[in-house]
Amino acid sequence: MTTRELTVGVGAGELATADMVLNIGPQHPATHGVLRLRVTLDGERISRAEPIVGYMHRGAEKLFEVRDYRQIMVLANRHDWLSAFSSEVGLALTVERMLGMEVPVRATWTRTLLSELNRVLNHLMFLGSYPLELGAITPIFYSFREREELQTVMEEISGGRMHYMFNRVGGLREDIPAGWLQRVQAAIDGVRARMPELESLLVGNEILQARTRGVGVLTAEAVASYGVSGPIARASGLDVDLRRDQPYLAYDELFAPGGPGRVVTRQAGDCLARLEVLLEQTHVGLDLAQACVERLLAMPAGPVNLKLPKVLKVPEGSDYVATENPLGFNGYYLVSRGDKTPWRLALRSASFNNVAVLAELLPGNLLADMVAILGSMFFVVGDIDK
Amino acid sequence: MTTDLPLPRVGPAQVAAPKPMRLVLNWGRRYSLWVFNFGLACCAIEFIAASMARHDFIRLGVIPFAPGPRQADLMVVSGTVTDKMAPAIRRLYDQMPEPKYVISFGACSNSGGPYWDSYCVTKGVDQLIPVDVYVPGCPPRPEALLQGILTLQDRIASERPSHASLREKLGPYAGRRASAAEVSRPLVAPPEAGT
Repeated sequence: MTTRELTVGVGAGELATADMVLNIGPQHPATHGVLRLRVTLDGERISRAEPIVGYMHRGAEKLFEVRDYRQIMVLANRHDWLSAFSSEVGLALTVERMLGMEVPVRATWTRTLLSELNRVLNHLMFLGSYPLELGAITPIFYSFREREELQTVMEEISGGRMHYMFNRVGGLREDIPAGWLQRVQAAIDGVRARMPELESLLVGNEILQARTRGVGVLTAEAVASYGVSGPIARASGLDVDLRRDQPYLAYDELFAPGGPGRVVTRQAGDCLARLEVLLEQTHVGLDLAQACVERLLAMPAGPVNLKLPKVLKVPEGSDYVATENPLGFNGYYLVSRGDKTPWRLALRSASFNNVAVLAELLPGNLLADMVAILGSMFFVVGDIDK
Repeated sequence: MTTDLPLPRVGPAQVAAPKPMRLVLNWGRRYSLWVFNFGLACCAIEFIAASMARHDFIRLGVIPFAPGPRQADLMVVSGTVTDKMAPAIRRLYDQMPEPKYVISFGACSNSGGPYWDSYCVTKGVDQLIPVDVYVPGCPPRPEALLQGILTLQDRIASERPSHASLREKLGPYAGRRASAAEVSRPLVAPPEAGT
C-alpha cells in the first residue's frame, strides 16, 4: 500500500503538500480495456505507478488442461483477440513440432499470408485507437474502413471476422477458395493506396507530434530487463524480430537478403517512435502478404493439411515455441505426458511484459501524458491477464 | 456507511399517461439511447466496429458518447465478465438512472461462452444485473448488435412503465446493500464566489 504524506507548514515554513493517490480504472475510457492503474501524484507529476492486473483473468491456462489439442485452438486465439491467427499458428506449430509433423508447403504459405494480414489488422486497430486516446477522432474511421476490407477476405476464407479458427494441427481447415487470392490482392492494393490518407492524419499531424515526441522515453536497458518485445522494443532500438532471428513458417525465405521482409526499428524510444514503428510495420506486413499471394498464385494445387488420427496424442516431453505476434513474443510451453490433453500448457504473452514496464516508465511524467504513454504501449488486456 | 438501495420509482404522470402520451414518450426513449459501453474483451472490438462508418449504429439513435454511467440509458456488456470485475459492473449499473436497459453482447456475457468451465469467469452477466436483450455469437457480428438494438427498441415502444413492471424486472436483483457514497453521493458544492 502507498503511504500518504501530509506536511503542513506553519507561518513562513513549508507549503502544505500531500501526495494524492489516484485510481484509474478498471473501467475507464482511457485505458481501452480493463487495466487498472494506481498512480501516486505529487502535484501533476506521477511519482509512483502500479498497474493492477487480473480483471480479465479467465484462467485459460487451466482450461487448456481439460481440452484436447483440437479444442485448445478455441481458447488459444482468444487471449489476444487482435492477433487471433498468430496465436493459433503458434500453438499449431508447437503441437506439430512435438509430433514431428511436416506441414504441406501450401499450408505454410497460406498461414504466413493470413498471419501477415492479421498483423496488419492488429496494427490498424491501434493506429486508429491511439489517436482517439489523444483526442483525434477521425483516424479511427479511416483505419476501420481498411479493417473492414481486410476482414472481408479473412472472413471469406475462414468464416470468422476475429476468431478465425482456421488452423488445425497439421495444416489448415480448408483449401483456398477459387478466386480468393485475386480478392486478397485487390484488398491489399486498396489498403495500400489509401494508407497515405491515414498516415498524413497521424505522423503528419502537428498536434499529435507535440503530444508524443519525447514523451515516455523507454530506454533499451528497461526494455531488456523487463522482457519487453515487439514494436515497443524495436522503437527503443532493440533490433529483434523472431520472424528474422528464429524463422518459422515461410519467414526464412521472406526475410532472406533481397526479400520483402525487413525489421523496423527506431532509436528514440518515445511514443512517436512506437507509433512510427507500428505504421511502418503495417507497410511491411502488406509487402509480405503481397509476396505470399504471388508465391501462392505460382504454386500448384496440393494438400493443405495432413490426415490426423481419430485420437490425437502428443508424445511425452516438453517444448517451447515462440512466435513474433503483432504485439511481441508469444510463446507456448507445452508439457505432455502422452495424453489427449496437455499436462501443462503455459503461455508467454507479449502484453504482460509490455505493461509491467509502466511501473518504471510512468514516474516522472505528467498526469496529462499518462494516457499518451499508456496508449502507446499497444496492449490487449486479455493478453495481459490470460 | 451502507444503505439499502431502494427500488426505483415511476412518476405518477408516467403511470397515468394516456396511450397517445405514452406512445410519444416511448418514441422519444427508443431513439435516444445514450449507450455506455462496458467493453471487456473481444466483443468490444466488434462493438467499436458497429459504431464505425460501415455499420454505424448512430443512425438508429444509439449515441456512444455517454460520459459515464450516470448519463447513460443503455449499457452494452461486451466481453467476458470475471468474478473480479463483477462488483464494478453491478456498481456502475446501479449508478445509471431509470429507465435503463442492458444488452448482453456475446457468448461470454450471455453464459460464460467458451469459458463456461473456468474458475474465475461469471457465467453470464444476468447473474448480476437484469438483461433485456441477449445477442449470441462469439463474437457476434456488428449486424447482430444492430438486430439486438432494434429488438430492444421494439420492446421500449410497447413498454408501459409502472411500479409492478419495475418490481418484476428488478425484483430478483434488488435488496443489495451498498455504501451510501457509491450511488447517492450528492454533487460537490461549487466553490463560493469571491473567495
